[in-house]
Amino acid sequence: MTLAQIGVDVRQAGQGDAVRGVVPRWVALPTSVEEIAAVLRACAEQDLAVTPAGGRTKLGWAASPERCDVLLDLSRMDALLEHAAGDLVVRAQAGLPMDALAAALADKGQELALDVPPGWGATVGGTLAAGLAGPRAFRYGTARDLLIGVTVVLADGTIARSGGKVVKNVAGYDLGKLFTGSYGTLGVIAEATFRLHPLPAGRRWVVAEPDAAEVPAVAAALATAQAEPSAVEVDRPRQDGPVALAALVEGTAAEARAEALREIVGSGTVTAEPPAWWGRIPPGETLAEARFPPAATGAVLEAAGTALRGSPVSGRMLLATDERLGVSTLRKAVEEHGGRVVVLRTPDDDVDRWGQVSALGLMRRVKERFDPGRRMSPGRFVGGL
Amino acid sequence: MDELIAALHSLLPADSVITDPVRLRTYECDGLTYHRATPGVVVLPETAEQIARVVRLCNDFGVPFVARGSGTGLSGGALPREDGVLVVTAKMRRILEIDLPNRRAVVEPGVTNLAITEAVRDQGYYYAPDPSSQQVCSIGGNVAENSGGAHCLKYGFTVNHVEACEIVTPEGDLVTLDRMDPGYDLLGAFIGSEGTLGIATKITVRLSRTPEAVTTVLAAFESIEQGGQAVSAIIGAGIVPAAIEMMDALSIEAAEAAVACAYPAGAGAVLIVELDGPAAEVEQQFARLREICSAAFELRVAAGPAERAAIWKGRKSAFAAVGRISPAYIVQDGVVPRTSLPAVLAAIDRLSREHRIRVANVFHAGDGNLHPLVLFDDGTPGEGERAEVVSGAILDLCIEHGGSITGEHGVGVDKSRYMPRMFGADDLDTMQLVRCAFDPRGLSNPGKVFPTPRLCGEVPGVRKGVHPLVESGKAEQF
Ligand SMILES: Cc1cc2nc3c(=O)[nH]c(=O)nc-3n(C[C@H](O)[C@H](O)[C@H](O)COP(=O)(O)OP(=O)(O)OC[C@H]3O[C@@H](n4cnc5c(N)ncnc54)[C@H](O)[C@@H]3O)c2cc1C
Ligand SMILES: Cc1cc2nc3c(=O)[nH]c(=O)nc-3n(C[C@H](O)[C@H](O)[C@H](O)COP(=O)(O)OP(=O)(O)OC[C@H]3O[C@@H](n4cnc5c(N)ncnc54)[C@H](O)[C@@H]3O)c2cc1C
Repeated sequence: MTLAQIGVDVRQAGQGDAVRGVVPRWVALPTSVEEIAAVLRACAEQDLAVTPAGGRTKLGWAASPERCDVLLDLSRMDALLEHAAGDLVVRAQAGLPMDALAAALADKGQELALDVPPGWGATVGGTLAAGLAGPRAFRYGTARDLLIGVTVVLADGTIARSGGKVVKNVAGYDLGKLFTGSYGTLGVIAEATFRLHPLPAGRRWVVAEPDAAEVPAVAAALATAQAEPSAVEVDRPRQDGPVALAALVEGTAAEARAEALREIVGSGTVTAEPPAWWGRIPPGETLAEARFPPAATGAVLEAAGTALRGSPVSGRMLLATDERLGVSTLRKAVEEHGGRVVVLRTPDDDVDRWGQVSALGLMRRVKERFDPGRRMSPGRFVGGL
Repeated sequence: MDELIAALHSLLPADSVITDPVRLRTYECDGLTYHRATPGVVVLPETAEQIARVVRLCNDFGVPFVARGSGTGLSGGALPREDGVLVVTAKMRRILEIDLPNRRAVVEPGVTNLAITEAVRDQGYYYAPDPSSQQVCSIGGNVAENSGGAHCLKYGFTVNHVEACEIVTPEGDLVTLDRMDPGYDLLGAFIGSEGTLGIATKITVRLSRTPEAVTTVLAAFESIEQGGQAVSAIIGAGIVPAAIEMMDALSIEAAEAAVACAYPAGAGAVLIVELDGPAAEVEQQFARLREICSAAFELRVAAGPAERAAIWKGRKSAFAAVGRISPAYIVQDGVVPRTSLPAVLAAIDRLSREHRIRVANVFHAGDGNLHPLVLFDDGTPGEGERAEVVSGAILDLCIEHGGSITGEHGVGVDKSRYMPRMFGADDLDTMQLVRCAFDPRGLSNPGKVFPTPRLCGEVPGVRKGVHPLVESGKAEQF
């Protein structure tokens, strides 16, 4: 059956539906897992290439797809399927906006500990597929650590589940981890189940502006402080400018613990609100992420000739600039300290976005198995996956 | 096999190749002793490079291989192949690097779980996942099983604490899977794959800072229902303890007989709750916990490490202890949503009475991970079979309630036949796509996890119709 015959809403695509410059022919708007499968089967029959889309906030990230005929828009799959509050578990459709999810969970005093900032329209599926880390990854891990079950649809229309709705579960391979951060190149995430956390009794931030040279040592001391910060972030709006540092404490006795952290920093104030830049992606046409062993913080601060924001304790920072990013020099410097540099977004087509990856051969084989026809966002990911 | 053995001798030092039948038999099973097979040959490599060469040789000969750490697995994951090579990591026990500034350690796969903690404890660090077998089990085995421990309620499992693994792929290539690398999360897929995606040869683990305060509480309740209510109330109050363990009367009786743990007499259930973290936080949570456990007829609080160990002693001995009250037993491992615990425990009780088989319940109550110990007398004809029936029915209960057939012991050979009850054919086929990507020839620990191997050459047909989970009504049940 062709796309027009399967009974799923399909409309003509326009410029606004482009995936990093590639304008698809149609936009399909499935409303159920079965409809996603029907769309993908029809695309398989006609060899149409597909890119899934959620809130569309990151369609310009990563590389352009080699081809894109159909934008699979998940915005109509926006149901919160079940919130089992007593089990601290939630299951949602991929198109559910993260804001709506957060609001529903907050009603029951719970949260998904993934710092997606409100107001951008990011969806559950997009957040998983882009796999970005937020400040509290230091304590809770990233999306892959909080995802406990998924339903995915493969390029041939196969519907598959892994995991489940219990946190502790080692039955079978964890497809959820594989799909997290896969940028829509393995298949479509249709539903996801997460473990939740109770909203903390209190939150306090210690906000300071230590001497830039002191930042690595201060961060290292905070990382091992027994007052247990949930996050430590720095923000440097200009290359040679001052560095702001903020540490978050959550839970009971937050005030006293924040005070203990303030003493470690040696300056600063304790506040009930985060600084405005907290957990936000820094502005700039080109955005790169450095991941590194935390002790390399000093080296990264020095090597980055740009604005920069992120976590010196998790070893993750976003570098943003409107100018050309000297990727190879930067990468060389960071790799020397055991780190990596990935260019998340750039207008430049000739940049090596990903750098060397030891397991690229295995990744290629995974892609070949899951999407032998190369129809799922081909070329958008590492090594042209 | 003879040719292969000769080739192995040319690759490895003489004492690294075992062919003596008596010695081979010492490797015939893991912690699950009722599955046995004598390995074709056992090798004890000393380096990753040697493992890679052994695996390449297996590929040349088309012979399967099975990795083995300490052999404490409880699902037959390390069950050898008579026609294959058993690769034992016992000679790879070096801690290669302790890097406190980056809070991590790099270790060889044969290093025991506890050895990592012991190496850094004095500096105020530890390795968080703590399976009860931690004195002996290897970190390679932990990676393969994605092992948990009593404290995984708060701290998570092996997968949340491993930063990188160097692996030998099933085709014999040395590859590093690193959380820092861009691309697919193959590290996440590898951890918990039970040795079916290759052999881990070097593991980078995250070290955690020792918490400032630890408070361990033993609460004795008249009934298991009261204990269960307390668990729900703790979670409902927004407290995430490091551990919440529960034991029923029968398992308390066994522990008493084995280690004289002196738990309060007459308890229908005991809860062990451990709170840890910043002192100020632990103090406030403890005050709250005391209120929540008001139904307990006795509440003990450990004053120090010795008293804490005394409280844990009964729980930690529980598996072995049931040997004191029963000639034979099956250790089951299943998971249910925490809120289904009361219903599931009642159903287990019914099963137990119906089949005249005693079941002692020990479990990680905080995350709904049950370890029912199904007791039977292997000298009485028919009892073993009845125990099997009860044990299997408990897994069905777990699936029915939306849980899992294994929370930490893995699928191995033991539970592969239950996989189709939990997953549909498409689910299993899709998982096997990963297997085919890593191991197209199916040589790495074949016959484990999946009930039927997928022929990797076959082109997957498009399956039509309703998903089996939906058809059976389970998908709507959530
Ligand atoms: C710490 C943190 C800070 C953030 N800060 C900002 C910020 O400052 N500004 C901002 O705009 N956002 C921010 N976000 C939000 C977030 O990064 C993205 O908005 C989100 O990852 C993308 O969601 P989306 O629904 O818009 O995805 P889309 O942009 O629609 O898609 C992103 C990618 O995922 C793929 N994809 C989408 N849905 C699926 C699916 N169901 N299955 C498979 N693949 C899929 C797409 O093909 C695409 O490659 C932040 C998130 C975090 C965690
Ligand atoms: C008394 C007792 C208590 C236990 N308590 C717990 C507990 O609390 N929590 C828990 O999770 N488990 C527990 N277990 C189960 C067991 O200890 C764990 O599964 C452990 O991780 C197995 O480690 P091992 O070194 O003994 O592995 P083995 O039994 O030797 O092997 C287990 C599996 O790992 C594979 N494997 C081993 N090494 C490697 C490697 N280097 N690379 C790839 N694959 C490899 C094997 O092929 C096999 O499939 C317990 C077991 C016992 C006997």
